Amino acid sequence: MIRLDHVDKTYRTRRGDLVHAVEDVTLEVGDNEFVTLVGASGCGKSTLLKLVAGLTPATRGVIRIGDETVHEPFPDVGFVFQQPVLLPWRSVLDNVLFSVEMLGLDPRQYRKQAGDLLELTGLGGFETKYPRELSGGMQQRVAICRALLPDPSLLLMDEPFGALDAMTREEMSLELLRIWEERRKTILFVTHSIPEAILLADRVVVMTPRPGRIARVLTVDLPRPRTMDVEFDPRFKAASDEVRGLIFAGRTPGR
Amino acid sequence: MRLRRLLAEAVVPTVTLLAVLLAWEAATRAFHIPNFVIPAPSAILGEGWAWRYRFLGHTWVTLYETLGGFALSMGVGVPLAVIIVYSPALRRALYPLIVLMQSVPKIAIAPVLLLVLGHGEFPKVIVAFLVAFFPVVVDTATGLAATPPELLDLSRSYRASAFKTFVKVRLPMAMPFIFAGAKVAITLSVIGAVVGEFVGSDEGLGYVILSATSYWKTELAFSSMILLSVMAIVLFGAVSLVERLACPWLAPAGEE
Repeated sequence: MIRLDHVDKTYRTRRGDLVHAVEDVTLEVGDNEFVTLVGASGCGKSTLLKLVAGLTPATRGVIRIGDETVHEPFPDVGFVFQQPVLLPWRSVLDNVLFSVEMLGLDPRQYRKQAGDLLELTGLGGFETKYPRELSGGMQQRVAICRALLPDPSLLLMDEPFGALDAMTREEMSLELLRIWEERRKTILFVTHSIPEAILLADRVVVMTPRPGRIARVLTVDLPRPRTMDVEFDPRFKAASDEVRGLIFAGRTPGR
Repeated sequence: MRLRRLLAEAVVPTVTLLAVLLAWEAATRAFHIPNFVIPAPSAILGEGWAWRYRFLGHTWVTLYETLGGFALSMGVGVPLAVIIVYSPALRRALYPLIVLMQSVPKIAIAPVLLLVLGHGEFPKVIVAFLVAFFPVVVDTATGLAATPPELLDLSRSYRASAFKTFVKVRLPMAMPFIFAGAKVAITLSVIGAVVGEFVGSDEGLGYVILSATSYWKTELAFSSMILLSVMAIVLFGAVSLVERLACPWLAPAGEE
Protein backbone atom coordinates (compact mmCIF):
# COMPACT_ATOMS: atom_id res chain seq x y z
CA MET A 1 0.00 0.00 0.00
CA ILE A 2 1.30 3.40 -1.03
CA ARG A 3 -0.17 6.43 0.60
CA LEU A 4 0.42 10.03 -0.43
CA ASP A 5 -1.02 12.49 2.03
CA HIS A 6 -1.35 16.15 0.96
CA VAL A 7 1.96 16.09 -0.86
CA ASP A 8 3.41 19.33 -2.23
CA LYS A 9 6.56 19.72 -4.23
CA THR A 10 7.90 23.12 -5.10
CA TYR A 11 11.35 23.93 -6.39
CA ARG A 12 13.23 26.88 -7.69
CA THR A 13 14.47 27.03 -11.24
CA ARG A 14 17.95 28.36 -11.99
CA ARG A 15 16.44 31.74 -12.69
CA GLY A 16 14.93 31.72 -9.21
CA ASP A 17 11.31 31.18 -10.22
CA LEU A 18 9.23 29.08 -7.88
CA VAL A 19 7.58 26.10 -9.59
CA HIS A 20 4.70 24.19 -8.06
CA ALA A 21 5.39 20.82 -9.62
CA VAL A 22 2.93 18.95 -7.42
CA GLU A 23 0.25 20.47 -5.22
CA ASP A 24 -1.85 18.84 -2.56
CA VAL A 25 -1.78 15.32 -3.96
CA THR A 26 -3.54 12.70 -1.89
CA LEU A 27 -3.62 9.21 -3.32
CA GLU A 28 -3.78 5.63 -2.15
CA VAL A 29 -2.55 2.77 -4.26
CA GLY A 30 -3.34 -0.75 -3.14
CA ASP A 31 -0.99 -3.73 -3.25
CA ASN A 32 -0.65 -5.22 -6.74
CA GLU A 33 -2.76 -2.45 -8.18
CA PHE A 34 -1.98 -1.05 -11.63
CA VAL A 35 -2.42 2.74 -11.57
CA THR A 36 -1.68 4.99 -14.52
CA LEU A 37 -1.00 8.72 -14.29
CA VAL A 38 -2.07 10.67 -17.33
CA GLY A 39 -1.96 14.37 -18.14
CA ALA A 40 -0.36 17.04 -20.26
CA SER A 41 3.35 17.87 -20.03
CA GLY A 42 4.35 19.69 -16.89
CA CYS A 43 1.56 18.31 -14.72
CA GLY A 44 4.01 16.77 -12.26
CA LYS A 45 3.53 13.12 -13.20
CA SER A 46 7.23 12.36 -13.34
CA THR A 47 7.92 14.37 -10.19
CA LEU A 48 5.34 12.26 -8.42
CA LEU A 49 7.23 9.08 -9.32
CA LYS A 50 10.48 10.59 -8.05
CA LEU A 51 8.75 11.56 -4.81
CA VAL A 52 7.47 8.02 -4.30
CA ALA A 53 10.93 6.58 -5.01
CA GLY A 54 12.43 8.96 -2.46
CA LEU A 55 14.73 10.49 -5.04
CA THR A 56 13.51 13.98 -4.17
CA PRO A 57 12.00 15.08 -0.88
CA ALA A 58 8.44 16.38 -0.64
CA THR A 59 8.12 20.04 0.32
CA ARG A 60 5.07 19.21 2.40
CA GLY A 61 3.02 16.12 3.15
CA VAL A 62 3.86 12.50 3.87
CA ILE A 63 4.55 9.56 1.57
CA ARG A 64 4.31 6.09 3.02
CA ILE A 65 5.06 2.76 1.39
CA GLY A 66 3.70 -0.03 3.60
CA ASP A 67 4.66 0.96 7.14
CA GLU A 68 7.65 3.06 6.11
CA THR A 69 7.74 6.79 5.58
CA VAL A 70 9.76 7.65 2.51
CA HIS A 71 12.45 10.24 3.08
CA GLU A 72 15.44 8.73 1.33
CA PRO A 73 15.84 6.57 -1.77
CA PHE A 74 13.61 3.58 -1.30
CA PRO A 75 15.37 0.50 -2.70
CA ASP A 76 12.32 -1.76 -2.98
CA VAL A 77 11.26 -0.12 -6.25
CA GLY A 78 12.05 -0.81 -9.86
CA PHE A 79 12.41 2.13 -12.25
CA VAL A 80 11.76 2.08 -15.99
CA PHE A 81 12.31 5.28 -17.95
CA GLN A 82 11.34 6.55 -21.37
CA GLN A 83 14.82 5.67 -22.63
CA PRO A 84 16.11 2.17 -21.83
CA VAL A 85 19.43 3.67 -20.56
CA LEU A 86 21.26 0.36 -20.77
CA LEU A 87 25.01 0.15 -20.30
CA PRO A 88 26.43 -0.26 -23.81
CA TRP A 89 29.51 -2.19 -22.66
CA ARG A 90 27.47 -4.88 -20.94
CA SER A 91 25.75 -7.85 -22.51
CA VAL A 92 21.99 -8.16 -22.19
CA LEU A 93 22.35 -10.56 -19.26
CA ASP A 94 24.83 -8.31 -17.44
CA ASN A 95 22.55 -5.33 -18.00
CA VAL A 96 19.74 -7.20 -16.29
CA LEU A 97 22.08 -8.09 -13.43
CA PHE A 98 23.05 -4.42 -13.01
CA SER A 99 20.18 -3.78 -10.60
CA VAL A 100 21.12 -6.49 -8.10
CA GLU A 101 24.76 -5.47 -8.42
CA MET A 102 23.98 -1.87 -7.52
CA LEU A 103 21.87 -3.11 -4.61
CA GLY A 104 25.01 -4.79 -3.29
CA LEU A 105 23.79 -8.34 -3.90
CA ASP A 106 25.81 -11.13 -5.46
CA PRO A 107 24.94 -11.15 -9.18
CA ARG A 108 26.06 -14.77 -9.58
CA GLN A 109 23.10 -15.90 -7.50
CA TYR A 110 20.68 -14.08 -9.81
CA ARG A 111 21.88 -15.40 -13.15
CA LYS A 112 19.18 -18.03 -13.39
CA GLN A 113 16.40 -15.63 -12.43
CA ALA A 114 17.73 -13.09 -14.93
CA GLY A 115 17.62 -15.78 -17.62
CA ASP A 116 14.05 -16.67 -16.63
CA LEU A 117 13.00 -13.03 -16.88
CA LEU A 118 14.56 -12.68 -20.31
CA GLU A 119 12.70 -15.84 -21.32
CA LEU A 120 9.46 -14.37 -19.95
CA THR A 121 9.88 -11.18 -21.96
CA GLY A 122 10.70 -13.03 -25.16
CA LEU A 123 14.43 -12.34 -25.04
CA GLY A 124 15.58 -15.92 -24.48
CA GLY A 125 18.74 -16.52 -26.49
CA PHE A 126 19.76 -12.85 -26.49
CA GLU A 127 21.74 -13.05 -23.23
CA THR A 128 25.14 -12.48 -24.81
CA LYS A 129 24.05 -9.78 -27.28
CA TYR A 130 24.96 -6.14 -26.75
CA PRO A 131 22.32 -3.38 -26.47
CA ARG A 132 23.24 -1.83 -29.81
CA GLU A 133 22.37 -5.13 -31.49
CA LEU A 134 18.77 -4.89 -30.22
CA SER A 135 15.78 -2.90 -31.45
CA GLY A 136 14.30 -0.13 -29.30
CA GLY A 137 11.47 -2.37 -28.10
CA MET A 138 13.87 -5.15 -27.16
CA GLN A 139 16.12 -2.72 -25.30
CA GLN A 140 13.12 -1.53 -23.31
CA ARG A 141 12.31 -5.16 -22.45
CA VAL A 142 15.83 -5.51 -21.08
CA ALA A 143 15.25 -2.39 -18.99
CA ILE A 144 12.04 -3.93 -17.64
CA CYS A 145 13.87 -7.17 -16.79
CA ARG A 146 16.53 -5.12 -14.99
CA ALA A 147 13.84 -3.41 -12.92
CA LEU A 148 12.07 -6.70 -12.15
CA LEU A 149 15.12 -8.77 -11.20
CA PRO A 150 15.41 -7.75 -7.51
CA ASP A 151 11.66 -8.52 -7.32
CA PRO A 152 10.59 -5.10 -6.00
CA SER A 153 7.09 -4.73 -4.62
CA LEU A 154 6.63 -1.50 -6.58
CA LEU A 155 7.36 -0.74 -10.20
CA LEU A 156 7.62 2.91 -11.28
CA MET A 157 7.35 3.45 -15.01
CA ASP A 158 7.93 6.89 -16.50
CA GLU A 159 6.51 6.85 -20.04
CA PRO A 160 8.32 3.58 -20.71
CA PHE A 161 6.87 3.14 -24.19
CA GLY A 162 6.93 6.83 -25.12
CA ALA A 163 9.96 6.52 -27.38
CA LEU A 164 8.68 3.48 -29.29
CA ASP A 165 6.77 3.43 -32.55
CA ALA A 166 2.99 3.00 -32.36
CA MET A 167 2.94 -0.68 -33.26
CA THR A 168 5.71 -1.73 -30.90
CA ARG A 169 4.02 0.36 -28.28
CA GLU A 170 0.73 -1.58 -28.41
CA GLU A 171 2.63 -4.84 -28.38
CA MET A 172 4.63 -3.76 -25.34
CA SER A 173 1.51 -2.68 -23.45
CA LEU A 174 -0.05 -6.12 -23.84
CA GLU A 175 3.29 -7.70 -22.98
CA LEU A 176 3.48 -5.68 -19.79
CA LEU A 177 -0.03 -6.78 -18.83
CA ARG A 178 0.95 -10.39 -19.40
CA ILE A 179 4.07 -10.01 -17.23
CA TRP A 180 2.05 -8.28 -14.57
CA GLU A 181 -0.54 -11.11 -14.54
CA GLU A 182 2.32 -13.53 -13.99
CA ARG A 183 4.32 -11.50 -11.45
CA ARG A 184 1.92 -9.30 -9.58
CA LYS A 185 3.32 -5.98 -8.37
CA THR A 186 2.08 -2.52 -7.64
CA ILE A 187 2.68 -0.44 -10.74
CA LEU A 188 2.64 3.34 -11.07
CA PHE A 189 2.74 4.11 -14.78
CA VAL A 190 3.09 7.60 -16.26
CA THR A 191 1.92 8.15 -19.81
CA HIS A 192 0.82 10.80 -22.30
CA SER A 193 -1.41 8.36 -24.11
CA ILE A 194 -5.04 8.20 -22.99
CA PRO A 195 -5.77 4.81 -24.63
CA GLU A 196 -2.64 3.36 -23.11
CA ALA A 197 -3.61 4.68 -19.68
CA ILE A 198 -7.02 3.05 -19.85
CA LEU A 199 -5.92 -0.20 -21.45
CA LEU A 200 -3.44 -0.90 -18.67
CA ALA A 201 -4.98 0.45 -15.51
CA ASP A 202 -7.19 -0.58 -12.67
CA ARG A 203 -7.45 3.12 -11.97
CA VAL A 204 -6.45 6.16 -14.01
CA VAL A 205 -5.23 9.27 -12.21
CA VAL A 206 -5.89 12.32 -14.36
CA MET A 207 -3.61 15.26 -13.59
CA THR A 208 -3.73 18.89 -14.66
CA PRO A 209 -0.69 21.15 -14.97
CA ARG A 210 0.56 24.31 -13.23
CA PRO A 211 0.25 23.47 -10.43
CA GLY A 212 0.29 19.68 -10.84
CA ARG A 213 -2.91 18.44 -9.29
CA ILE A 214 -5.10 15.39 -9.40
CA ALA A 215 -8.21 16.28 -11.36
CA ARG A 216 -9.94 12.95 -10.88
CA VAL A 217 -9.28 9.28 -10.25
CA LEU A 218 -11.24 6.96 -12.53
CA THR A 219 -11.80 3.28 -11.91
CA VAL A 220 -11.51 1.34 -15.14
CA ASP A 221 -14.28 -1.20 -15.18
CA LEU A 222 -13.05 -3.50 -17.91
CA PRO A 223 -12.54 -7.26 -17.60
CA ARG A 224 -9.07 -8.77 -17.44
CA PRO A 225 -7.10 -10.21 -19.11
CA ARG A 226 -7.40 -7.45 -21.67
CA THR A 227 -6.54 -7.43 -25.35
CA MET A 228 -6.58 -4.62 -27.88
CA ASP A 229 -10.27 -5.51 -28.41
CA VAL A 230 -11.23 -3.64 -25.24
CA GLU A 231 -10.91 -0.48 -27.31
CA PHE A 232 -14.19 -1.42 -28.94
CA ASP A 233 -15.94 -1.77 -25.57
CA PRO A 234 -18.31 1.19 -25.02
CA ARG A 235 -16.95 1.52 -21.47
CA PHE A 236 -13.47 2.12 -22.94
CA LYS A 237 -14.85 4.91 -25.10
CA ALA A 238 -16.74 6.43 -22.19
CA ALA A 239 -13.62 6.39 -20.02
CA SER A 240 -11.38 7.93 -22.66
CA ASP A 241 -13.95 10.64 -23.37
CA GLU A 242 -14.04 11.47 -19.69
CA VAL A 243 -10.23 11.61 -19.40
CA ARG A 244 -9.97 13.71 -22.53
CA GLY A 245 -12.61 16.08 -21.19
CA LEU A 246 -10.69 16.53 -17.92
CA ILE A 247 -7.35 17.10 -19.61
CA PHE A 248 -8.65 19.57 -22.14
CA ALA A 249 -11.07 21.37 -19.80
CA GLY A 250 -10.20 25.03 -19.58
CA ARG A 251 -8.13 24.93 -22.73
CA THR A 252 -9.09 26.98 -25.72
CA PRO A 253 -9.70 24.66 -28.64
CA GLY A 254 -7.32 25.04 -31.51
CA ARG A 255 -4.49 26.32 -29.37
CA MET B 1 34.09 -7.92 -51.98
CA ARG B 2 35.79 -6.96 -48.75
CA LEU B 3 39.21 -7.56 -50.23
CA ARG B 4 38.33 -5.39 -53.20
CA ARG B 5 37.18 -2.57 -50.96
CA LEU B 6 40.33 -2.90 -48.85
CA LEU B 7 42.48 -2.81 -51.97
CA ALA B 8 40.67 0.23 -53.29
CA GLU B 9 41.09 1.96 -49.94
CA ALA B 10 44.80 1.17 -49.77
CA VAL B 11 45.68 1.49 -53.43
CA VAL B 12 44.12 4.87 -54.20
CA PRO B 13 45.97 6.88 -51.53
CA THR B 14 49.24 5.05 -52.20
CA VAL B 15 49.08 5.78 -55.89
CA THR B 16 48.22 9.42 -55.19
CA LEU B 17 51.15 9.77 -52.82
CA LEU B 18 53.56 8.19 -55.30
CA ALA B 19 52.28 10.49 -58.03
CA VAL B 20 52.86 13.56 -55.85
CA LEU B 21 56.39 12.38 -54.98
CA LEU B 22 57.21 11.72 -58.64
CA ALA B 23 55.93 15.15 -59.69
CA TRP B 24 57.98 16.69 -56.88
CA GLU B 25 61.12 14.82 -57.93
CA ALA B 26 60.57 15.76 -61.56
CA ALA B 27 59.96 19.43 -60.70
CA THR B 28 63.13 19.80 -58.60
CA ARG B 29 65.18 18.27 -61.43
CA ALA B 30 63.47 20.13 -64.28
CA PHE B 31 63.76 23.55 -62.67
CA HIS B 32 67.15 22.89 -61.03
CA ILE B 33 65.87 23.77 -57.61
CA PRO B 34 68.81 23.52 -55.18
CA ASN B 35 68.49 20.98 -52.35
CA PHE B 36 68.76 23.61 -49.64
CA VAL B 37 65.64 25.34 -50.97
CA ILE B 38 63.40 22.36 -51.65
CA PRO B 39 65.20 19.01 -51.61
CA ALA B 40 64.12 16.25 -53.97
CA PRO B 41 62.45 13.24 -52.37
CA SER B 42 65.39 11.09 -53.41
CA ALA B 43 67.78 13.48 -51.60
CA ILE B 44 65.60 13.38 -48.47
CA LEU B 45 65.54 9.60 -48.57
CA GLY B 46 69.27 9.39 -49.17
CA GLU B 47 70.10 11.74 -46.31
CA GLY B 48 67.71 9.90 -44.00
CA TRP B 49 69.35 6.61 -44.86
CA ALA B 50 72.83 8.04 -44.24
CA TRP B 51 71.64 9.26 -40.84
CA ARG B 52 69.81 6.07 -39.89
CA TYR B 53 71.94 5.18 -36.86
CA ARG B 54 72.12 8.69 -35.48
CA PHE B 55 68.37 9.06 -36.04
CA LEU B 56 67.73 6.10 -33.76
CA GLY B 57 69.05 7.97 -30.76
CA HIS B 58 67.28 11.23 -31.61
CA THR B 59 63.97 9.46 -32.28
CA TRP B 60 64.24 7.67 -28.99
CA VAL B 61 64.74 10.96 -27.11
CA THR B 62 61.73 12.64 -28.76
CA LEU B 63 59.60 9.51 -28.29
CA TYR B 64 60.56 9.40 -24.64
CA GLU B 65 59.65 13.08 -24.12
CA THR B 66 56.38 12.65 -26.03
CA LEU B 67 55.28 9.58 -24.09
CA GLY B 68 56.31 11.20 -20.82
CA GLY B 69 54.23 14.30 -21.60
CA PHE B 70 51.31 12.17 -22.73
CA ALA B 71 51.39 9.95 -19.65
CA LEU B 72 51.56 12.99 -17.42
CA SER B 73 48.67 14.70 -19.24
CA MET B 74 46.49 11.61 -18.79
CA GLY B 75 47.64 11.01 -15.22
CA VAL B 76 46.92 14.60 -14.22
CA GLY B 77 44.11 15.42 -16.66
CA VAL B 78 41.72 12.58 -15.87
CA PRO B 79 41.80 12.94 -12.06
CA LEU B 80 41.53 16.72 -12.45
CA ALA B 81 38.39 16.27 -14.56
CA VAL B 82 36.92 13.94 -11.93
CA ILE B 83 37.55 16.57 -9.25
CA ILE B 84 35.99 19.29 -11.40
CA VAL B 85 32.88 17.24 -12.09
CA TYR B 86 32.35 16.05 -8.52
CA SER B 87 33.13 19.21 -6.57
CA PRO B 88 31.45 22.46 -7.60
CA ALA B 89 33.66 24.39 -5.16
CA LEU B 90 36.89 23.01 -6.62
CA ARG B 91 35.50 23.51 -10.11
CA ARG B 92 35.05 27.20 -9.40
CA ALA B 93 38.56 27.35 -7.97
CA LEU B 94 40.39 25.29 -10.59
CA TYR B 95 38.60 25.84 -13.86
CA PRO B 96 39.70 29.45 -14.43
CA LEU B 97 43.27 28.44 -13.62
CA ILE B 98 43.16 25.61 -16.14
CA VAL B 99 41.74 27.89 -18.82
CA LEU B 100 44.36 30.50 -17.98
CA MET B 101 47.11 27.92 -18.30
CA GLN B 102 45.69 26.85 -21.62
CA SER B 103 45.51 30.39 -22.96
CA VAL B 104 49.20 31.12 -22.34
CA PRO B 105 51.00 30.33 -25.60
CA LYS B 106 53.19 27.32 -24.88
CA ILE B 107 55.93 28.56 -27.16
CA ALA B 108 56.11 31.63 -24.97
CA ILE B 109 56.27 29.65 -21.77
CA ALA B 110 58.82 27.09 -22.99
CA PRO B 111 61.94 29.29 -22.67
CA VAL B 112 60.95 30.26 -19.14
CA LEU B 113 60.34 26.63 -18.23
CA LEU B 114 63.68 25.57 -19.59
CA LEU B 115 65.30 28.38 -17.66
CA VAL B 116 63.68 27.18 -14.45
CA LEU B 117 63.94 23.43 -14.96
CA GLY B 118 67.29 23.34 -16.65
CA HIS B 119 68.60 21.09 -19.36
CA GLY B 120 67.76 17.53 -20.30
CA GLU B 121 64.59 15.70 -21.14
CA PHE B 122 62.47 16.56 -18.13
CA PRO B 123 61.59 20.18 -19.13
CA LYS B 124 60.51 18.91 -22.57
CA VAL B 125 58.25 16.38 -20.89
CA ILE B 126 56.70 19.25 -18.98
CA VAL B 127 56.19 21.33 -22.13
CA ALA B 128 54.59 18.33 -23.87
CA PHE B 129 52.35 17.85 -20.83
CA LEU B 130 51.31 21.51 -20.80
CA VAL B 131 50.41 21.41 -24.48
CA ALA B 132 48.50 18.13 -24.24
CA PHE B 133 46.63 18.08 -20.95
CA PHE B 134 43.84 20.58 -21.69
CA PRO B 135 41.82 18.44 -24.13
CA VAL B 136 42.12 15.52 -21.70
CA VAL B 137 40.58 17.55 -18.89
CA VAL B 138 37.83 19.04 -21.04
CA ASP B 139 36.88 15.80 -22.79
CA THR B 140 36.92 13.72 -19.62
CA ALA B 141 34.84 16.29 -17.76
CA THR B 142 32.36 16.42 -20.64
CA GLY B 143 32.15 12.64 -20.68
CA LEU B 144 31.59 12.36 -16.94
CA ALA B 145 28.91 15.05 -17.07
CA ALA B 146 27.16 13.30 -19.95
CA THR B 147 25.95 10.33 -17.87
CA PRO B 148 22.20 10.04 -18.49
CA PRO B 149 20.43 11.44 -15.40
CA GLU B 150 18.17 8.39 -15.40
CA LEU B 151 21.16 6.15 -14.72
CA LEU B 152 22.18 8.36 -11.81
CA ASP B 153 18.62 8.20 -10.46
CA LEU B 154 18.64 4.44 -10.89
CA SER B 155 21.91 4.08 -8.98
CA ARG B 156 20.65 6.37 -6.27
CA SER B 157 17.37 4.50 -5.94
CA TYR B 158 19.40 1.32 -5.30
CA ARG B 159 21.37 3.25 -2.68
CA ALA B 160 24.62 2.57 -4.48
CA SER B 161 27.55 4.62 -3.18
CA ALA B 162 28.95 7.49 -5.23
CA PHE B 163 32.16 5.53 -5.67
CA LYS B 164 30.33 2.47 -6.98
CA THR B 165 28.31 4.62 -9.37
CA PHE B 166 31.54 6.21 -10.56
CA VAL B 167 33.28 2.90 -11.21
CA LYS B 168 30.33 0.99 -12.68
CA VAL B 169 28.52 3.74 -14.56
CA ARG B 170 30.12 7.13 -14.97
CA LEU B 171 33.72 6.22 -15.78
CA PRO B 172 32.89 3.57 -18.40
CA MET B 173 30.24 5.91 -19.85
CA ALA B 174 32.96 8.55 -20.24
CA MET B 175 35.45 6.20 -21.92
CA PRO B 176 34.74 7.31 -25.52
CA PHE B 177 35.25 10.93 -24.44
CA ILE B 178 38.45 10.10 -22.56
CA PHE B 179 39.83 8.35 -25.62
CA ALA B 180 38.85 11.29 -27.81
CA GLY B 181 40.90 13.47 -25.47
CA ALA B 182 43.77 10.97 -25.48
CA LYS B 183 43.91 10.95 -29.28
CA VAL B 184 44.25 14.72 -29.37
CA ALA B 185 46.72 14.65 -26.48
CA ILE B 186 49.09 12.15 -28.09
CA THR B 187 49.50 14.26 -31.24
CA LEU B 188 49.82 17.45 -29.19
CA SER B 189 52.49 15.78 -27.05
CA VAL B 190 54.66 15.33 -30.14
CA ILE B 191 54.28 19.04 -30.86
CA GLY B 192 55.06 19.89 -27.24
CA ALA B 193 58.22 17.78 -27.23
CA VAL B 194 59.45 19.42 -30.45
CA VAL B 195 58.69 22.92 -29.13
CA GLY B 196 60.69 22.09 -26.02
CA GLU B 197 63.60 20.89 -28.16
CA PHE B 198 63.47 23.99 -30.34
CA VAL B 199 63.94 26.22 -27.36
CA GLY B 200 67.05 24.53 -26.11
CA SER B 201 68.45 21.03 -26.50
CA ASP B 202 71.24 19.04 -28.06
CA GLU B 203 69.31 15.94 -28.98
CA GLY B 204 65.94 14.86 -30.36
CA LEU B 205 64.28 15.19 -33.76
CA GLY B 206 63.32 18.82 -33.10
CA TYR B 207 66.95 19.61 -32.36
CA VAL B 208 67.98 17.88 -35.63
CA ILE B 209 65.56 20.06 -37.60
CA LEU B 210 66.80 23.22 -35.97
CA SER B 211 70.49 22.51 -36.39
CA ALA B 212 70.02 21.12 -39.93
CA THR B 213 68.29 24.28 -41.12
CA SER B 214 71.00 26.48 -39.63
CA TYR B 215 73.56 24.57 -41.71
CA TRP B 216 71.38 24.73 -44.87
CA LYS B 217 70.90 20.96 -44.72
CA THR B 218 67.26 21.14 -45.69
CA GLU B 219 67.09 17.49 -46.78
CA LEU B 220 68.08 16.42 -43.27
CA ALA B 221 65.39 18.67 -41.79
CA PHE B 222 62.86 17.08 -44.12
CA SER B 223 63.80 13.52 -43.22
CA SER B 224 63.57 14.45 -39.55
CA MET B 225 60.12 15.94 -40.17
CA ILE B 226 58.99 12.75 -41.89
CA LEU B 227 60.20 10.70 -38.95
CA LEU B 228 58.24 12.96 -36.59
CA SER B 229 55.07 12.55 -38.67
CA VAL B 230 55.49 8.78 -38.79
CA MET B 231 55.97 8.77 -35.03
CA ALA B 232 52.81 10.84 -34.50
CA ILE B 233 50.78 8.56 -36.79
CA VAL B 234 52.04 5.39 -35.12
CA LEU B 235 51.31 6.79 -31.65
CA PHE B 236 47.82 7.89 -32.74
CA GLY B 237 47.24 4.41 -34.15
CA ALA B 238 48.41 2.87 -30.89
CA VAL B 239 45.92 4.93 -28.88
CA SER B 240 43.14 3.98 -31.31
CA LEU B 241 44.11 0.33 -30.91
CA VAL B 242 43.99 0.55 -27.14
CA GLU B 243 40.56 2.18 -27.45
CA ARG B 244 39.36 -0.67 -29.65
CA LEU B 245 40.62 -3.21 -27.11
CA ALA B 246 39.36 -1.34 -24.04
CA CYS B 247 35.94 -0.42 -25.47
CA PRO B 248 34.96 -3.26 -27.81
CA TRP B 249 31.33 -2.16 -27.57
CA LEU B 250 32.02 0.98 -29.58
CA ALA B 251 31.47 0.53 -33.27
CA PRO B 252 34.44 1.98 -35.13
CA ALA B 253 33.58 5.29 -36.76
CA GLY B 254 32.09 4.96 -40.21
CA GLU B 255 30.62 1.51 -39.67
CA GLU B 256 26.90 0.76 -39.29
